[in-house]
Amino acid sequence: MSVAMVVFVVTGALAVLGAIGLIVAREPVHSALSLVLVMIALAVLYLLLGAAFIAAIQILVYAGAIMVLFVFVIMLLNAGVEVRTNVSRLAFWLGLPLAFLFLAEVVYSLTRHYSAVSAGAIAGPVPASTEELSMKLFTEFVLPFELTSILILIAILGALVLAKKEAS
Amino acid sequence: MVPVSYYILLSGVLFGLGVVGVVFKRNIITIFMSIELMLNAVNLAFVAFSREFNQLDGLVFVFFVIVVAAAEAAVGLAIVMVIARNRKSLNVEDVDLLKF
Repeated sequence: MSVAMVVFVVTGALAVLGAIGLIVAREPVHSALSLVLVMIALAVLYLLLGAAFIAAIQILVYAGAIMVLFVFVIMLLNAGVEVRTNVSRLAFWLGLPLAFLFLAEVVYSLTRHYSAVSAGAIAGPVPASTEELSMKLFTEFVLPFELTSILILIAILGALVLAKKEAS
Repeated sequence: MVPVSYYILLSGVLFGLGVVGVVFKRNIITIFMSIELMLNAVNLAFVAFSREFNQLDGLVFVFFVIVVAAAEAAVGLAIVMVIARNRKSLNVEDVDLLKF
């Protein structure tokens, strides 16, 4: 087993464990911390795939900004232990077989279609450099890039309008 | 090296776990976090394919997915706060005005 394989197995297992922790935890804060674990594990996987810039913004934007926002809202709303109701038990017993069916289907279709394709493994000599990525971003994709600034502006305004206390 | 199918498999498992979270969890914030998990799983598939086919377009797409996810998180959490203020509860079963 090569070093890359060992790193992949360890971080992949961490990511799956974090995802399971997100589902199993009853406290929202524990779920949020599990999700941070998943995101950091995914950043390591991006580094393994040679996408250094994506790994960096994964840590900065996801694990940094978005998760801090989540934890902030959890604290602000004082979200406690999740309550169990009859409906949630029903959802559990109906949903568990369906969830496993869905997982099995995804795994089946992916392994069927990509076992043949991936025979060559990942051995591409050039890892995607940040320079090439930014060249592409500012030439070919410059219109969507500029449009995202408008999207973010609208998101800021929307969040402000929604969270504003109505004058009664 | 690691075959791309392993990455796709991990991505599929993470996406499935995200779906499980959306179906099982009753807390609106945790459901929202499960959606973020699904977005991350899709990003992993994008990066893996981008490496496999040696094309940068996948990475550009991941960049935009992350930007949109940030905007979505900001608006979504504002909606969560409004719901919590109006319903005095974070349980999704209390938000059923459109259900009959």
